[in-house]
Amino acid sequence: MILVCRNGRADTLTLEGRVVAPAQGIDERLRVTVDDGVIVRLEPGGDGSLAIVPGFVDPHVHLRTPGREDEETLATGTAAAAAGGYCAILAMPNTDPVVDSAAVLGSLVERAREEAVVPTGFMAAITQGQRGEGLSEMAELAEAGAAAFTDDGRPVESAAVLRQALRYSELTDRPLALHCEELALSRGGHVHEGTVSAELGLGAYPSLAESVMVERDLALAALEERRVHLMHLSARESVTALERALASHVPATAEVTPHHLVLTDDAVRTLDPNVKMNPPLRAADDREALRDALRRGAISCIATDHAPHARHEKEVPFEEAPFGVTGLETAFASLYTRLVLPGVVSLETILERLSAGPARAFGLTEPRIEVGARANLAVLDLEAAWTVTEDGFRSRSVNSWLLGETLRGRVVRTIADGREVFAA
Amino acid sequence: MAELLAPVVRRHLLSIGDLEREDVERILDTATSLARSLGREVKRLPTLRGRTVINVFYESSTRTLASFELAAKRLSADTMSIRSDGSSVEKGESLKDTALTLAAYGPDVIVIRHPSIGAAQLVSRLTDAHVVNAGDGKHQHPTQALLDLYAMREALGRLDGLHVAVVGDVQHSRVARSLVQALALVGARATLVGPPTLLPPGIEALGCAVSTDIGAISDADVVYALRMQRERMAPGEAFLPSLREYTALYGITPERVRAGQVVMHPGPMNRGVEIDPRVADSAVALVTDQVRAGLVVRMAVLYDVVAQRPVREREPVAGERERSDASPVLTGTPDAA
Repeated sequence: MILVCRNGRADTLTLEGRVVAPAQGIDERLRVTVDDGVIVRLEPGGDGSLAIVPGFVDPHVHLRTPGREDEETLATGTAAAAAGGYCAILAMPNTDPVVDSAAVLGSLVERAREEAVVPTGFMAAITQGQRGEGLSEMAELAEAGAAAFTDDGRPVESAAVLRQALRYSELTDRPLALHCEELALSRGGHVHEGTVSAELGLGAYPSLAESVMVERDLALAALEERRVHLMHLSARESVTALERALASHVPATAEVTPHHLVLTDDAVRTLDPNVKMNPPLRAADDREALRDALRRGAISCIATDHAPHARHEKEVPFEEAPFGVTGLETAFASLYTRLVLPGVVSLETILERLSAGPARAFGLTEPRIEVGARANLAVLDLEAAWTVTEDGFRSRSVNSWLLGETLRGRVVRTIADGREVFAA
Repeated sequence: MAELLAPVVRRHLLSIGDLEREDVERILDTATSLARSLGREVKRLPTLRGRTVINVFYESSTRTLASFELAAKRLSADTMSIRSDGSSVEKGESLKDTALTLAAYGPDVIVIRHPSIGAAQLVSRLTDAHVVNAGDGKHQHPTQALLDLYAMREALGRLDGLHVAVVGDVQHSRVARSLVQALALVGARATLVGPPTLLPPGIEALGCAVSTDIGAISDADVVYALRMQRERMAPGEAFLPSLREYTALYGITPERVRAGQVVMHPGPMNRGVEIDPRVADSAVALVTDQVRAGLVVRMAVLYDVVAQRPVREREPVAGERERSDASPVLTGTPDAA
């Protein structure tokens, strides 16, 4: 059981609207009847301006629990996910303590059964304490329900350790999710190395710091024929390396965040700590490469890398601020407003990469809109315009890069594992 | 015309990038009038009487802090200076809380120096005061750039068309970043010269030429030496093999200075490293002129942020920016020294 959440009664309800399920090739007006949590009927003739889409799956969320419950809890983080249209999320293990033992994982799973609003999976660390040295007890962790393994927040610095982790992970049948960063090249870096870093004097974090590790990690995955998932890609060179590896059938998947798809390092000129993230926002040609790879499917997942931070930690000079922004509650609307409406990426592509793509990458059940399937749905009002404000979040943190922005497209209802978990 | 209706917001000096050419020229002209009036036995002007200027310095400073204090006093403002050592900063108070605390005293201007990029921007978002950036990390030191322009204009009679070679550790220099932007604004040309490891990739986007050859200074009207910091040689940093090699390759020696060139340095100097003492002590060095310029330019900046209309919030409308110039500074009865 990889995904767990609060138990509750399955719902019975009827939805009407334009059903858009790109992975199934559906785009038509339908009436969807859910009985006891299961889709029992699809009939033509639905009215209304709403779109009904397969629920979103976020493979990269920081729930900050255990250790920083002041920033996010299982309850608030999953409520934010529900409000964002997500029917499943995967939480990162870089908590305090690190999720590197069955004991810590077990207690999280238990808490999730009490608190989690949407089905939640927990990744466990690749190495003990994420120190990059000894391997965590991956077999036992997988047995206890680890969704995947990652040292996210840090790379596995040693190629030898990562190689052993890849080999050992055969016992688990779970992918390794990799944060690709050569620390020797990114050290002291706050923003992309380029004209903006030169102008502002901010420490530079070059594209190469990511792509050199992407190359290394893909080479190891090819050698060991083990599945890897590349997290939050940001650089054009990383995309090139990924596509080359995919062409030679290396078993790799990759994700990109909404902020890397929408913004460039130009945004950093404001010195607003809410545009400081790791990896950093990069140049326009990097963003173009990410969008291309998303369209082509080389990058099959959109992941928020939802990273809540306490207000006082972000209300500091840019250079002192921690990396990371929230994203669960704004992901769809930001992509719809900035990519779909201007015609940059199609709605179908965005919906597929928010749902079926990540589900496949992590071996989760794909949310499908078909008779007999468990209802995992998001209902979207594509006409709605709304403004992102601090008091509008269910997340416990407000470090959004979209504060004050008016967005189009709004999640109005979320059905996760047969239950209504959000209604606007 | 919608711009005309844009809300008037508080005016700051956070970055040279926020200024237009006419802003720079107005400030320099104000400084010139101030210098003239100060020369006439008048040591104090009533311009900012009743106003309060607070200097908050999180980094050590001699000339910047002294000149801001003195500038405020010469304009009859009430002024006080807070240094991070000996203040609540030592007790772990955040910049936000320090800023809010000082803002509660109702200052008109907060002058801030801080080691972290973005500190002045943060303070400007948190308070109602006009904020002047007196240096934030490696980012900006706009009043230094303005005083450098002022000293150049005094010494050479013009700025338009000047060629300035900035030599040394550009990578870590807020002075270089501010100066290059300011030079571009007034129609001067800049060439950055230094070892490849201390020239940040992408810096030419600021509109300057870049060279690793000290010979590139020969064409310049002004040779501007930057301070070289010893920590750049620290193990793991590896920007330079040694100071000795730096000095051999890039030190400003009498042999490298052509007749007719002037030499500048923001201070504090490392004599014998980036600048030969024979140059530093010669008539071509404008170092003390720069210090003198610092006082009048900072007076002009304090006056400007308090008294002038906001920049950047709207496009200038034809005719609108006609000289409201420096003369208001000098109205009122000068106090006797």
